[in-house]
Amino acid sequence: MHPKQFVWPGYARKHGKKGVRNKLLVVHTVECSSHVARKIASAVGNQAEVVGFAGCNDNAYAVRMLSALVRHPNVGAVLAVGLGCEYIQPEKLAEAAMEEGKEADWLFIQDEGGTIKAIEKGAASARRMLATLGRAPRTDMGLADLVVGGECGGSDFTSGLAGNVVAGRFFDLLVDAGGTAIFEEILEAIGLRDLLAARGADAAARRSIGAACDKALAYCRIVRQYSISPGNFVGGLSTIEEKSMGAVIKSGSRPIQGVLKVGHAPPRPGLWLLDTVPDPHWMQHGIANPNDNEGLTALIASGCHIVLFITGRGNVVGNAVAPIIKVTGNSATFAAMPDDMDFDAGVTLSGETSQAETAANLLRLVAATAGGLSTKSETLGHCEYYIPYKYQDANPRPCACGRED
Amino acid sequence: MSAGSAPAAFQISANDNVATALCDLSPGRVRLLGDAESGEIEAVEPIARGHKLALRHIAAGENIVKYGVSIGRASKPIARGCWVHLHCMGSMYDEKSNKLDPVIGISRETRY
Repeated sequence: MHPKQFVWPGYARKHGKKGVRNKLLVVHTVECSSHVARKIASAVGNQAEVVGFAGCNDNAYAVRMLSALVRHPNVGAVLAVGLGCEYIQPEKLAEAAMEEGKEADWLFIQDEGGTIKAIEKGAASARRMLATLGRAPRTDMGLADLVVGGECGGSDFTSGLAGNVVAGRFFDLLVDAGGTAIFEEILEAIGLRDLLAARGADAAARRSIGAACDKALAYCRIVRQYSISPGNFVGGLSTIEEKSMGAVIKSGSRPIQGVLKVGHAPPRPGLWLLDTVPDPHWMQHGIANPNDNEGLTALIASGCHIVLFITGRGNVVGNAVAPIIKVTGNSATFAAMPDDMDFDAGVTLSGETSQAETAANLLRLVAATAGGLSTKSETLGHCEYYIPYKYQDANPRPCACGRED
Repeated sequence: MSAGSAPAAFQISANDNVATALCDLSPGRVRLLGDAESGEIEAVEPIARGHKLALRHIAAGENIVKYGVSIGRASKPIARGCWVHLHCMGSMYDEKSNKLDPVIGISRETRY
C-alpha cells in the first residue's frame, strides 16, 4: 500500500482549501430560529444540513464555532437564519462564508413578517443555492490534504484494547503520508501529563501540552468530577488513569505539533491536540465534555474533514458537517448494530487480523469515504451537532512557529 | 468476542501486572494473549469480561500497571490470579475512587 495511490475528487474552495462534501448549511443563530431553519431544510427535501447555537446571550466561543463551520471546506453554501433580537448576527455569518467564495444568504424572521414568510423566503434562497452548488469545481485530493479527527464515546474495555489502538495506528499512517490528525478529550489524559508533554515536537509544544493538561486536572479538581461513569466501572475500568490511557492511545505515536483551541485550524500538517476544556471563568461559562456530539462538532470546527468515532458499546450519531466513521473494538457490537457501525477493529483481539493490517483497512475506508462513499450515519440521515455555552481565550499560540489563521 | 470460546485475557505491555479478561472467567486456567510472556495463568476467583486479573502478587501501595503506565495504586495486597478493581485499588487523582461500590460502580455515600 502506497499513500500516493489514494487520490479522489474533492471540492476546490478558496485559499487552496479542499472539501470532501459539498453541503448547503442552514444556520440558526438562536434556538428561537431553529424551527424555521429546519422547515427550510425540509422544504428543499432535506438537501440542506442544519446547525446552530441555542443561546441568546453573547458568547464568543459559539460565534467562533459557527464562523468556523460556515467556513468549513465541506460546506459549499450557507443560509443563516436569525430571529432578530439575539446576539449572533446572521449577516456576519453569511459574510464570512462569502469571503471564502461561497454562496450565502441570511434573513431575520422578524423582518420577514413571521414564520411562514421566513420559511418561504429561506426555501427560495436555499433552492437557488442548491442549483449552483452542483457546479462547484472539483480538484484532486489525497491523504496530505486530509484532516481527520479522533473521538471516543460509549467506551467499553475493547476501546482501549482494540478500537483506539487501531485508530492510533491509522493516525500514524495518515501523519506519515503528510496528512493532519487531531485528537481531543484532554479530560481523559489524567495522569498522563508527562507522557503526552514528552511527545511535543518542540519546546513550545511541550510547554503548551503540559499547560493544557494542568488546566484539565485543575478543572476536574474544582468541579470534583472526572470523566468516568458507573458504566465504565461496571465494564471493568477501575480509575480515570486507566480510562485515560485507553483514550490517549488513539493519538498514535507521532510527535504532537501543538495545542489548538476550538475553532482554530492546524497551521500545518501533523498530529495536533485540541483543547476543549473551558479556560478560567468556567464557573460563568461552560461545562467540559457535555456529550459526544460536542466533541465531534469541536473537532470539525477545527477543520476535520472526517472524524473517527471509536465506540465500544455503540454510539449511533453522525454530524451535520462532516462524515463520522464509527469504529468499534467490540466485534459483538459490530454484529449487533450492523446498520450503525462502519468498522470492526475487534478482529485484532481475536488474532484474526494484525493491528497493522486493520489500520491499513481503516485507511482504505477513510479514503473511500473522502471520495464520496456514504458512512452508515450519513445513510441513516444522522446530522447531529452540539454547541454549548463555554468560555475559551480567543488568541491561542498553537506552536512555536507563531502562525495563526 | 470471537476469542470468547476459550477463557482468555489480554496483556497489553510486557511489564504490566494486570491483564484484561476477554470473556467472563471462572476460577481455572486462562490463556494469555498480547505481549504476555507466559501463555497461561490460573484465575482464583470469577472475573467479569473487561475486568482485570492480577498477573503476579501485588503488595499494598504498589502501582497497578497497564499499558506500561501506572493506572492506580493497590489499597490492599492482591494475590496472583485475583480480580483487580475498586475493592482493592484506587485512583491517585480521583478522591471519589475509594468510595465506589465495586459491582455497580456508584458511590456508596450517595443517599436517595
